[in-house]
Amino acid sequence: MTAATALTIVLFVLAALVAFGLIALAVARRPGLSRGVGAIGALIACAVGATASVFALIDGGKDARALDGILPIGRIAVGIDPLSAFFLLAVFVVSGLAALYAFGYFAPHRAHTQNTAPTFFFFNLLIASIAGVVIARNGVIFLVLWEIMSIASYFLVVHDHERPEVRRAGFVYLVASHVGVVFLFVLFALLASPTGQFGFEAFHDAATANAGLATGAFVLALLGFGLKAGFWPGHLWLPEAHPAAPSPVSAVLSGVMIKMAFYGLFRIVTFIDKPAPAYGLALLAIGIVTGVMGIVLALGERDLKRILAYSSVENVGVIAIGFGIGLIGKSHGNETVAALGFGGALLHVVGHGLFKSVLFQAVGNLVHASGTRALDAFGGVARRMPTTAALFLVGAAAVSGLPPLAGFVSEWLIYVGALKSTVAGGAAGEPWAIAAVPALALIGGLALAVFARVFGLVFLGEPRRAFDPPLHEASRSMRLAPALAAILCVVIGVAPLAVVPLLSAPTQTLVGTSVDLSAAFGPLPSVMLIVAVLAGIALALALLRRALLRGREVRTAPTWGCAYESPSPRMQYTGTSFSAPLVESMSLFVSPTRTTNGPTGYFPTSATHHESTHDIAAERVVLPGIRAFVAGLSWIRRLQRGRLHLYVVYVFAVLVILLIWQLAALRGAA
Amino acid sequence: MLDIAIHLLVLFIYPPLLLGFIAKTKAAVAGRSGPPVLQPYYDLAKLLRKGAVYSRTTTWLFRAGPIASLAAVISAGLLLPLASSTAPLGFAGDVIAFAYVLAVARFFTMAAALDVGSSFEAMGASREATFGALAEPALFVVLAILAVSARSVGFSDIFGAHQFFSWDATYAVFIVSAIALFAVLLAENSRVPVDDPATHLELTMIHEVMVLDHGGVDLAFILYGAAMKLFLFATLLVRLVFPMGGRGLGESLLILLGGTLTVAIAIGVVESVMARFRLVRVPQFLIGAFVLAAVGLAVLFHRGIP
Repeated sequence: MTAATALTIVLFVLAALVAFGLIALAVARRPGLSRGVGAIGALIACAVGATASVFALIDGGKDARALDGILPIGRIAVGIDPLSAFFLLAVFVVSGLAALYAFGYFAPHRAHTQNTAPTFFFFNLLIASIAGVVIARNGVIFLVLWEIMSIASYFLVVHDHERPEVRRAGFVYLVASHVGVVFLFVLFALLASPTGQFGFEAFHDAATANAGLATGAFVLALLGFGLKAGFWPGHLWLPEAHPAAPSPVSAVLSGVMIKMAFYGLFRIVTFIDKPAPAYGLALLAIGIVTGVMGIVLALGERDLKRILAYSSVENVGVIAIGFGIGLIGKSHGNETVAALGFGGALLHVVGHGLFKSVLFQAVGNLVHASGTRALDAFGGVARRMPTTAALFLVGAAAVSGLPPLAGFVSEWLIYVGALKSTVAGGAAGEPWAIAAVPALALIGGLALAVFARVFGLVFLGEPRRAFDPPLHEASRSMRLAPALAAILCVVIGVAPLAVVPLLSAPTQTLVGTSVDLSAAFGPLPSVMLIVAVLAGIALALALLRRALLRGREVRTAPTWGCAYESPSPRMQYTGTSFSAPLVESMSLFVSPTRTTNGPTGYFPTSATHHESTHDIAAERVVLPGIRAFVAGLSWIRRLQRGRLHLYVVYVFAVLVILLIWQLAALRGAA
Repeated sequence: MLDIAIHLLVLFIYPPLLLGFIAKTKAAVAGRSGPPVLQPYYDLAKLLRKGAVYSRTTTWLFRAGPIASLAAVISAGLLLPLASSTAPLGFAGDVIAFAYVLAVARFFTMAAALDVGSSFEAMGASREATFGALAEPALFVVLAILAVSARSVGFSDIFGAHQFFSWDATYAVFIVSAIALFAVLLAENSRVPVDDPATHLELTMIHEVMVLDHGGVDLAFILYGAAMKLFLFATLLVRLVFPMGGRGLGESLLILLGGTLTVAIAIGVVESVMARFRLVRVPQFLIGAFVLAAVGLAVLFHRGIP
């Protein structure tokens, strides 16, 4: 199959997604049918789309185009090149699994009584618009689809709109999306300004011809796409919106939608043939700050889905670090470093999509069964929900970057890229790239702490609270979807060579030249060997243990309670106590507050202790900034008098000014 | 072939001896005769002969934890060159893999500790998570110094090229990074002044408290893994301070064994002469190690990469 055929298939898939969404809406009176059409239709469409994208990736080569005609609203241009195909693959795989999960999640249940038909309509529309953004080859089409994506996801975020905090989260999300898109309008206007054309070729020519314009475009892209990606401090909407959405949607939002910002940044980079070294350093610095702040904020958090959302901020930082290393390599003409950085960033986009799906869906199973997202409500869940526990374990290990899983391979590529950029020396080297190494190490160590905490406190130990009805394992499709994502994480981690054919074409698109990637991806077979050896030794040790214990006495007994008479599950460590030492040492970034109402008197009746951490980005950067901005613009309010005839005067005045301007321009031309 | 055989022999047989030497040193400083240096081997043999008692709270993860941790430490041991300049599984980029494979061991130790549902062990896991995360940047900067000085990201190139031994300004970088690495070694291997391996019932311990509910074969795996991890960090330190690149196998082996024993004795002396830090001081200790290593890296850049 050639890329052109694949593009045609993808276009049909998008049409099918919208059609399935409309059918789901049309049969809203029969919820079962609506859910079936919405979820299974999306699953099939995504499976077809993913297959087509794999073929397009293997075909590689140039940008295959379609629909390059002129419509009344302007030029419609779509295309598929390796970069588009790679993102399409990620979008279709993660969304397809989310659709499978949604089929079980939205099944009739005491917690969900509302009509889910609109949810499935917007879900399918979201997938179609995300895929559409990836294949758009015209700035106007790109922005239209980008807006549809933002609005469809807004309606999904406010799915549980009866709850005021969900409505608030939706509003924050809507505002953040639209502030971001303003920068994108300016960005595309700037890129179109030399020629008046909105096609991506015109953008490429404009950015290549004028270095100043390229820098302006890059800064605007950092602002506009950065707000969508969740670069610190523009991440504030993310821990509000993603937890508010239902779990299948959270997986798509965190897994693929925020990655569209990276697709946009990557696309802008392909317009710039010779990036300045400062571009890469800027992204590296942004990535370090975002990654460290994201994971530090996840440390003290006690809401499971907010922890996952902050971890998404952290992973956005990791991707930005890889992207920065890639750009540094590209600007210094060091192709190996560029390939390692871009390749690591691209692989982390997919890897994060997969393991964040696993995590959000496993937490979704918990929320579905218990009705709460509070970390401290759980304990010992592994015995009630063994499959969910095992899946969460895989996701937690992967998101912490542990071998043999997907997160390790991508972080390894970024680490090696950073080190190679530093050791190259001379014109090909960039000493500052070394900053990525301790930053990634700290991020990795903190991620390990965060996810050991969540996994240990939720799934292990003794139950902290009894649920009514008792916790139950999730339905089949709600276990199958995260299981498939977990298997893909393991495959990427165990056999990274299998993904190299998919990774090399988009990496080459970004590096710009057709380079030999074996210098960059060459050691991956050795990574596979390590994983195999690790698994082999573990198996041998397990057999050794079994052989040694055969015929010996193996008993069970209560956990040793330090000789205390009546231990209770409530005496277990809580999430707050577990993270206290780390929060204390990071207190500069999370400003923890504690209120203690200690026991007093000889017969104390009650005592309370409350501890919470805060996002300093909101308190010290964004909210003061917004307040200053609003105060600075308050004079504009004077124009708004609420009298109709005054507005007529405004319109008239503007018309007159425009007329004078045009007449002056005509005279000047004459 | 011979060097791989020696690598495996040293990796599997030698490490518990370091624990014996640490105990002997501490006893000697305290004026006692102390247990025999082979005592850790006797302990392991005794534990391997025992049955098992498991807490009713635990799941399969508690049984898998020691296995996964030991397997991870052994894998790390196959990545780090010991006496020769190559390791059985070494490759370009193994510097990073080494640290991450050790992180697998940490993850499973913490998860197994949380599995018993006792706040005592959760306390240990919490501290392990904290100090592990804070030690990581210092370790990676030391690894980066090695990588930058040899212009390579593979241990075999680094240790093969690392053969100069002169007291010039570049060597100062290695002394600074050796001090930082020694601090990381003490933290990662739960030694004084970060942790106190000698006590069992203090609310101040980290590693010992995490493995409190493990016994028999599982505990043997844990102790053996801990000894091996200590040996790996000691090897890294010895190879950093005392380059063996270009030397014969016999000579290198002597340097390795003698050097790691010296590290063990140094640990014993440190444990004898100082007390454990208060817990709030430990992050400062680790951040200090990071700053020290970062200064070393800055000096290396300033001097120009050799």
